[in-house]
Amino acid sequence: MVQFTLWDIIRNLLIASQWTLVLSAIAFIGGGIIGAILLVARLWKPKLVELPFAAYVQLFQGTPLLMQLFLSYFGLRLFGIQVSVWVSVSLALTLYTSAFLAEIWRGCVAAIPKGQWEASGSLALSFGEQLRYIILPQALKIAIAPTVGFLVQVIKGTALASVVGFVELTRAGNMIANVTYAPFTVFACVGLMYFVICYPISLLARHMERKTYASQR
Amino acid sequence: MTVELDFMAVLRDWPMLLAGVGWTLGLTFVATLIGLIVAIACAWGRSSGQRWVTIPVGAYVELMRNTPFIVQLYFIFFGLPSLGIRLSPPVASVLAMTLNLGAYGTEIVRAGLMATPKGQIEAAQSLALTSFQVFTRVVMPPALKRVWPALVSQIIIVMLGSAVCGQIATEELSYAANVISAASFRTFEAYIIATIVYLCLAIGLRRFLNWLGPRFVFG
Repeated sequence: MVQFTLWDIIRNLLIASQWTLVLSAIAFIGGGIIGAILLVARLWKPKLVELPFAAYVQLFQGTPLLMQLFLSYFGLRLFGIQVSVWVSVSLALTLYTSAFLAEIWRGCVAAIPKGQWEASGSLALSFGEQLRYIILPQALKIAIAPTVGFLVQVIKGTALASVVGFVELTRAGNMIANVTYAPFTVFACVGLMYFVICYPISLLARHMERKTYASQR
Repeated sequence: MTVELDFMAVLRDWPMLLAGVGWTLGLTFVATLIGLIVAIACAWGRSSGQRWVTIPVGAYVELMRNTPFIVQLYFIFFGLPSLGIRLSPPVASVLAMTLNLGAYGTEIVRAGLMATPKGQIEAAQSLALTSFQVFTRVVMPPALKRVWPALVSQIIIVMLGSAVCGQIATEELSYAANVISAASFRTFEAYIIATIVYLCLAIGLRRFLNWLGPRFVFG
């Protein structure tokens, strides 16, 4: 029988936590790209895209992430697409992230006074130029803090990938707890590691938020 | 390749789904009730400025907000028995949901408290109200009114998060879907239906709480 010391537990969890970070990065970057496309589409053709946009956001914000992961996992297989758990988990988390980011950013763009659109439009700027030179520079400033804050939600969301068998921090914790019969220590370590990853990001988001509001005063 | 979807095979087990919905709503109800009390108490403690209160409350809030719900649940259900605290799946689920909502709620309620004009508190004090009366009668109702939309969103997030509680065999909706899928081999259909039910619950719960708030919580 193999004996696990505390260091063995921590070392194995550290190894697993890199998959948490990789998965978070995939979801955040992929979700950011899709979210940005959704947002631009909505700004470009508001009347046409408004309803599908709202439905998309409601669909992902109004259902459990766990169900989304299950549907992606079993759905892809059912339709004959044999992919690794990596792909199905990344797909679900990316779509989930895209819905939240698109909605956050939509709020930031909506916070830009309407006169900015009208003034830039009256200067004969095209839609692309309006976005690039007038709207996005202002919207980005207020979008950074909530975006960084949402990153914490994404990292915590990846913990659910453990349920469909993706080995990341939580799954590794499960496996180690089953071997060592020390669930208290193991899950305390797992929680602590998430905390060590997420807390600095939370602090950063709060710091940025303060700065944003300070500059607006 | 054609895929046949057989939703009837899942819907035939509707009593089980209904029981799952009952559990999900029941867990959410209890967690909301206790969680909001925890949130208000902690927000009051945190705004009191007493260090022996603010430091533990701050630690609790930050620990909860920066760790995944599923890990909190596993810690309570699998970890605590080592300390001799053995909880049944529903109790562990409610405890995790309550602590989670309590932490997020603390921050939300605190934001509402901080927006209270100082003059209102001074006016209430000058009318010889005790500090408890000032808090419950003067400060709290408008603060809750201000942050009610955010609290409603958080309650819905907790309700949706409760899907994870099926992992420790709490018989809520996702667990029911899991059992049905195992019995009927209609896994995808079972989860589609569960997801649609969750969506309806989320929309319905938001409407209900938006209706409830102005009438009973901060009337």
